Amino acid sequence: MSNQKFTDMVMPQLAESLVSATIAKWLKQPGDKVEQYEPICEVITDKVNAEIPSTVDGIMGEWVAEEGQTVAVGEVICRIAAAGTAGAPAEERPQAEPHTTPAPVQAEASGDQSMRGRYSPAVQSLAAEHGVNLSAVQGTGMGGRITRKDVLAYIENGGGATETGRAAEAPAKREVHSPFEGLPHANPAVRPEQYIPVPPASSRQSGLHMTESPRIPAVELEDQNGRAETMIDVTPIRNAIATNMRQSVSEIPHAWTMIEVDVTNLVLLRNKLKDEFKRREGYNLTYLAFLLKAVVNAIKDYPIMNSVWAVNKIIVKRDINISLAVGTEDSVMTPVIQRADQKNIAGLAREIEELATKTRQGKLKLEDMQGGTFTVNNTGSFGSILSYPIINYPQAAILTFESIVKRPVVINDMIAVRSMANICLSLDHRILDGVICGRFLQRVKENVEGYTLDTKVY
Amino acid sequence: MAEMEYIDAIRLAMKEEMEKDENVFVLGEDVGVKGGVFTTTKGLQDQFGEERVIDTPLAESAIAGVAIGAAMVGMKPIAEMQYSDFMLPATNQIISEAAKIRYRSNNDWSCPVVVRAPIGGGIFGGLYHSQCPESIFFGTPGLKIVAPFTAYDAKGLLKAAINDPDPVLFFENKKCYRMIKGDVPLDDYTVPIGKANVLREGTDITVIGYSMPLHFCLQAAEELKKEEGISAHILDLRSLQPLDRDAIIEAVRKTGKVLIVHEDNKTGGVGAEVSAIISEECLFDLDAPIKRLCGPDVPAMPISPPMEKFFMLSKDKVKQAMHELAVY
Repeated sequence: MSNQKFTDMVMPQLAESLVSATIAKWLKQPGDKVEQYEPICEVITDKVNAEIPSTVDGIMGEWVAEEGQTVAVGEVICRIAAAGTAGAPAEERPQAEPHTTPAPVQAEASGDQSMRGRYSPAVQSLAAEHGVNLSAVQGTGMGGRITRKDVLAYIENGGGATETGRAAEAPAKREVHSPFEGLPHANPAVRPEQYIPVPPASSRQSGLHMTESPRIPAVELEDQNGRAETMIDVTPIRNAIATNMRQSVSEIPHAWTMIEVDVTNLVLLRNKLKDEFKRREGYNLTYLAFLLKAVVNAIKDYPIMNSVWAVNKIIVKRDINISLAVGTEDSVMTPVIQRADQKNIAGLAREIEELATKTRQGKLKLEDMQGGTFTVNNTGSFGSILSYPIINYPQAAILTFESIVKRPVVINDMIAVRSMANICLSLDHRILDGVICGRFLQRVKENVEGYTLDTKVY
Repeated sequence: MAEMEYIDAIRLAMKEEMEKDENVFVLGEDVGVKGGVFTTTKGLQDQFGEERVIDTPLAESAIAGVAIGAAMVGMKPIAEMQYSDFMLPATNQIISEAAKIRYRSNNDWSCPVVVRAPIGGGIFGGLYHSQCPESIFFGTPGLKIVAPFTAYDAKGLLKAAINDPDPVLFFENKKCYRMIKGDVPLDDYTVPIGKANVLREGTDITVIGYSMPLHFCLQAAEELKKEEGISAHILDLRSLQPLDRDAIIEAVRKTGKVLIVHEDNKTGGVGAEVSAIISEECLFDLDAPIKRLCGPDVPAMPISPPMEKFFMLSKDKVKQAMHELAVY
C-alpha cells in the first residue's frame, strides 16, 4: 500500500440550488476496479436520485462518507487509487480465490498435456456434485484430458467429498447446473421440457396498461431475534414524501368529487392507432396521453384550476405544467411535463414515456421535478376504480384517472356495454368550490368523450 | 418362433394382417404377378387375389393418392414405392394430403395409410436406386416414420404401422433384406411406434442410429470390446418420427460421449435433430463434442463399385469413429 497516489472524489454540484446530498448506496467496494465515468455511488437529494461517476480510472481506496450520511457539496466522499499505482489491492483479490488451474500438480505426467485444463460439462457437473478438486484427478483422455470416467473412478476410490473446505466450498456456490440434473426420465409423462418455469399469469383483468405484473416490494427486514416488530429505517425519499403529504393534508382543506366518463370511442381510437404509432415512434400511445390532453384543454377554459393559495391572494399560473404521479416499488415521484399546453397528444405520450422510464431507473434530475401546477395520477394503472388523492402541495387540485371497466350503461333507454372510467378530483376548498370543479370536470368529460376515430394525435 | 430373413419378416407381417382384416390391401408397381422386384410381396396375389394385391401403373403420385383416398373411407392400404428414390412424385400427396388430413378436417377424417419404401445403397444401384430420403419427410408433423433394422422389428413395426390410425412411412433397408436374419415370432405382436431400443449396454461411448448401419455398429462394438476393452452403448431409434426423446437422453447420460450414425447425408439429417435434442437437454452430461458419422454431402450414390464403397458406411469407418470418441 505504499507509494500510491489517491485521488479525492468530492460531492459534485448536482443542481444549482443544491447544497448537500445523501449517500444512498455505494456501488463500488474498496478494492474494486473503477473506470472513468463508471458510477461509484448513488446519492439522494430532495426527491431525486443520481449516480456519481468516477473522474479517474483506478481502484476504490476508502470511503470517507458512509451510506446514509449527508455530505455537503465539495466535501470528499471517497478516495480512489489512480490506475498503475495501485499495486496491492489489485493483486490481493485473485489470490483470495482457490487456484483452479491444476498445472503444477500434473507437471510430472508424461506426454501431451494440452487438454489437461479443458473440462467438459459432464466433468464439471460431477466434480461440483461430489466436491472433487479436479487438479488432483489423473486425466486419461486425449491430451491428458480428464474424462467423465476419470472423475467417476476418482470418486469411487474415495476422492471427492472428503476434500477439505476450500474445494468443497467452491462447488457449493454453483449448485444449480441443470434443472433436470438427477431426474430420471423413466416416466414418459414427465419430460424435461415440462420443467421450464412458467411465467406468472398476468394479473391484468381490469384496469389499463399494466405493462408488468405488480412486483412484491423487496424490503429487506433485518432479523431482530424473534421480536414481534421489525424496524425499517426511513429513507430520505420516504421522509420527503411524508413531509409533503403531512404539509398538504394539514394546510389544505381537501374536498373531493368524482365523475364517470364513457371512453368507448377513446378505446376504439387508441386501438386503431397504437400499433402504427408504436412502430413509427418506438414508444406506446397510452390512454393517459389522451386524458392529459383533455385535462390540459379543460384547464385552459378554467385557469383557476392552475393556481396557488397565497393567504391574501390567489396566484394563477400562466403555464400549465402537469405533475405526473409515477409510482415505483417503494415510493412515488411527481415529475413534471413542462408547458403541457403546448404539446399535442403524441408529444404528451413521449413525455409520459420518458418521465416514467427515468423515474423507474432513478434518473430524475432536479429540474424534472420543478414547476408543477396541476397533478394527474393514473391510478387505473394499478387497477384502482376510485381514489381520494392528496393534493401535491402547494397546487390547487389533483385529478386521478381510474381503471377502464366495461359496464352496462343506459343509452336512450337501452342497455349497452360501454367502456367506462371514473375521474376523481381532490381540490383546495380555499380556492375552489363545487360548482367550478363540477364544470371543470364536465369539460374534461366532454373532451374525453369527444374523441372520435378521426382525432389526430399529431 | 422361426429364424427368417428381414424381407420374409416384412412379407409375413403383410400376410398376417391381410388374413386378419379384409380392409388391408397392397398396391404398387409389380407387387402382384411378379411379387415385387425384391420378392417382398411374393405369393400374396395368389393368396388374396388381384383385387387385394393391385399392380399399378408407373405413377407414384397415383399410388399414394389412391391409397390415401381408400384410407380416408376406412380401408387400410399398404402402398409400395418400388424404391424410395421413386417416391418423390408422391411427396405432394404424402406431405400435403396424408399428413394434414386429420388436422385440416378438425379430426373428422383420418388417413391410416402405410407407405413402404426401400432405402439405402450398397447394391450397385447407383443414383436412382440407392437414396435415403428420410430427411425429406422427417420434419413434417402429421407423419410417422419408422426404419427397422432387425427382422423382429420389421415385422412388429409394420404390423403396428398398418394398425396405426395415421399415415406411417415404413422405410425398409434393401441391403438388410437378405443380410439380416433373426428370430421372429410367428404369432401376432407389434413393436410400438415412437419407442427406441437399446441394442447393447455400455459405459464408454453411446452410439445412436437407425436402419442398416447399426449392423456395422454392433460388429465394431464387439471388436472394440475384445481388442481394447471399450464398452459401447448402442441405441436403435427404430422410429424417426416421433423420436423417443427420453430414450435418447437416457442413453446419452450413460456415457456422456455420443456418436450418431446414419447413411442419409449429414447435413439436415435425422442426426442433426438428435444432436439438437441432446444439446437442449443434456449439456451438463456431455463429456465430448457430439459426433456424427453419416453419408457424405454429395448429390447421389456413385455407380462405380470402388466409389460406392467409398461412399457407403462400413464396419471399419464406424469402428474408427467409435475409437476416436472413446479415447477423447
